Amino acid sequence: MAEVLQEVWIRGGKTPARVTQDVCAPIERGPTSLWYAAFTVSVAGLLVGLAASTYTVFTGIGTWGLNRTVGWAFDITNFVFWIGIGHAGTLISAILFLFRQKWRTSVNRAAEAMTLIAVMCAGIFPILHMGRPWFAYWVFPYPNTRGSLWVSFASPLLWDVFAISTYFIISAVFWYIGLIPDLATLRDRAQTATKRRVFGFLSLGWTGSARVWSHYEKVYLLLAGLAAPLVVSVHTIVSFDFATSVIPGWHATIFPPYFVAGAIFSGMSMVLTLMIVARKVMGLRDYITDRHVDVMCRIILAVSCMVGLAYASEYFIARYGGNPYERFVFVNRQLGPMAWAYWTMVSCNVLTPQLFWFPSLRRKIGLVFAASLVINVGMWFERFVIIVTSLHRDFLPSSWASYAPTAIEVTTFAGTFGLFFTLFLLFCRFLPAIAMAEVKGILQPDAHGRRVPS
Amino acid sequence: MNRILFAASFESQDDLLAAVGEVRRRGCTIRDAYVPYPVHGLDEAMGIAPSRMGWACFLFGMPALIAALSFQAWVAAVDWPINIGGKPFLFWQAFIPVGFEFTVLCAGLGTVATFLVITGLRPGRRRDVPDMGATNDRFVLVLVKSGTAFDESEVLSALRECRVVETREFLEGAA
Repeated sequence: MAEVLQEVWIRGGKTPARVTQDVCAPIERGPTSLWYAAFTVSVAGLLVGLAASTYTVFTGIGTWGLNRTVGWAFDITNFVFWIGIGHAGTLISAILFLFRQKWRTSVNRAAEAMTLIAVMCAGIFPILHMGRPWFAYWVFPYPNTRGSLWVSFASPLLWDVFAISTYFIISAVFWYIGLIPDLATLRDRAQTATKRRVFGFLSLGWTGSARVWSHYEKVYLLLAGLAAPLVVSVHTIVSFDFATSVIPGWHATIFPPYFVAGAIFSGMSMVLTLMIVARKVMGLRDYITDRHVDVMCRIILAVSCMVGLAYASEYFIARYGGNPYERFVFVNRQLGPMAWAYWTMVSCNVLTPQLFWFPSLRRKIGLVFAASLVINVGMWFERFVIIVTSLHRDFLPSSWASYAPTAIEVTTFAGTFGLFFTLFLLFCRFLPAIAMAEVKGILQPDAHGRRVPS
Repeated sequence: MNRILFAASFESQDDLLAAVGEVRRRGCTIRDAYVPYPVHGLDEAMGIAPSRMGWACFLFGMPALIAALSFQAWVAAVDWPINIGGKPFLFWQAFIPVGFEFTVLCAGLGTVATFLVITGLRPGRRRDVPDMGATNDRFVLVLVKSGTAFDESEVLSALRECRVVETREFLEGAA
């Protein structure tokens, strides 16, 4: 009976040696012309963004489309967008690890890399918004000659500083710890002295000792246990940036779970976008199978319903709550000058994922890929709707304003995509995109009939 | 005086587990086993005590929590209290997010640092046993040969029962 229930996630009857070979092949055979093409486009995007942010730093944030009424717009939208993308990596690597989901082994490495890079992209926006980014270190509490004048621990913006820097550091450590056994594999396969030296240095002298593995597994479990509440706290705190204010449309207790669900939703669709491309380009279809795509679609569908429920309850409370300003914001979102953004959000995030109810549609990879892109767009608009439509029609009609991004803002955002894909392509080129040691561990049924952490 | 070690490699985790049982029954000293992924049941078979890394996590996390909460309290209520509409200086609820994040940061980094110190893994460290494919697909058992109850012919026949594929002898620390 146990054999019947045994799930097979890796196709093609792989042996451990074959896993090593398949995963190392894209790294060892060198970049293809497709890789060079993608890399060139990404670096070009990165350079454009670099130029735009340099111009912003030297000129000031007057180069952006912000005004007195709409003080937060494109930059904070992009910040929340990228942070949200990052959350799926930690969901897959930590939360699914704690839930013993074996399928995560095929996607966790790439998803964690995605997390790290997305958090870097996110960090750029608040730093640029400071206007004087060379004073960015002022956000940390350190003894200084101004008093010491401390940062305000009552401010969610400061909590954000702690949350995001902790998130970045812990994600980086988690990712690196996961990489060590695979770096040792690369070291032992290295053909050139340079590679042997570099991978030898990075793999910390890993030999696969059972005594070390025993500690390693415990450390991995502990880091997963720390990262799981961390990821929830990070987006909760991001939502506090809005929820603790008194702006109608922001001041809502639903925000923390709503934001966390949205983050996982957007991140999962970004993982899907990247994995569908990676498995095709890198020839990893036996590892990232249609079943992997299928389970990710199901997660997206579930989280989409949560997000839809959040939209609905937010709207219901605004209508039912009796606060005229709150009610006005929600009517204005749906029927006001930026209604197009609201309806884009609803159709991308709530309606599109409903396709995933049908198993036959979950198997159409082209359709899934298109849907994942649509969801990414929709989740960007969600943040835009929350931020801009809540602000642009103030309490006083005399202060009403509109907002449109300038070319500088758009190119800065494009630049973060350049950064994202540049780093992700470098990752795929130089490091194993699939956690080899973890995949090897799920190849055969456990001889002891126990559930094993994958 | 470096010990002489005896290494045997296997093609599957079950062969390794069987071999571990066999050599322990014969009173051999196992130095270590080298495997491409954590093999379940190997810790028990080799008699490796469960890792106590959880304590490291706790011992780094707890002081961090106390430090973060007390520092925030000191800043808000002692060093530079600010009267905002008569609200309490010790607004402790607001200390929770930073307290939590700092705890996670210190517990995570502390656990990893402890792991690196205990296992001796460090950048640039060389491997201390010859490469017999344990980072690829082999399961390697390393026994201590010198100065222990090691009857070579008996051990070899036991290992052959467990489908050993390669054996090798080397000096400890001379990889």
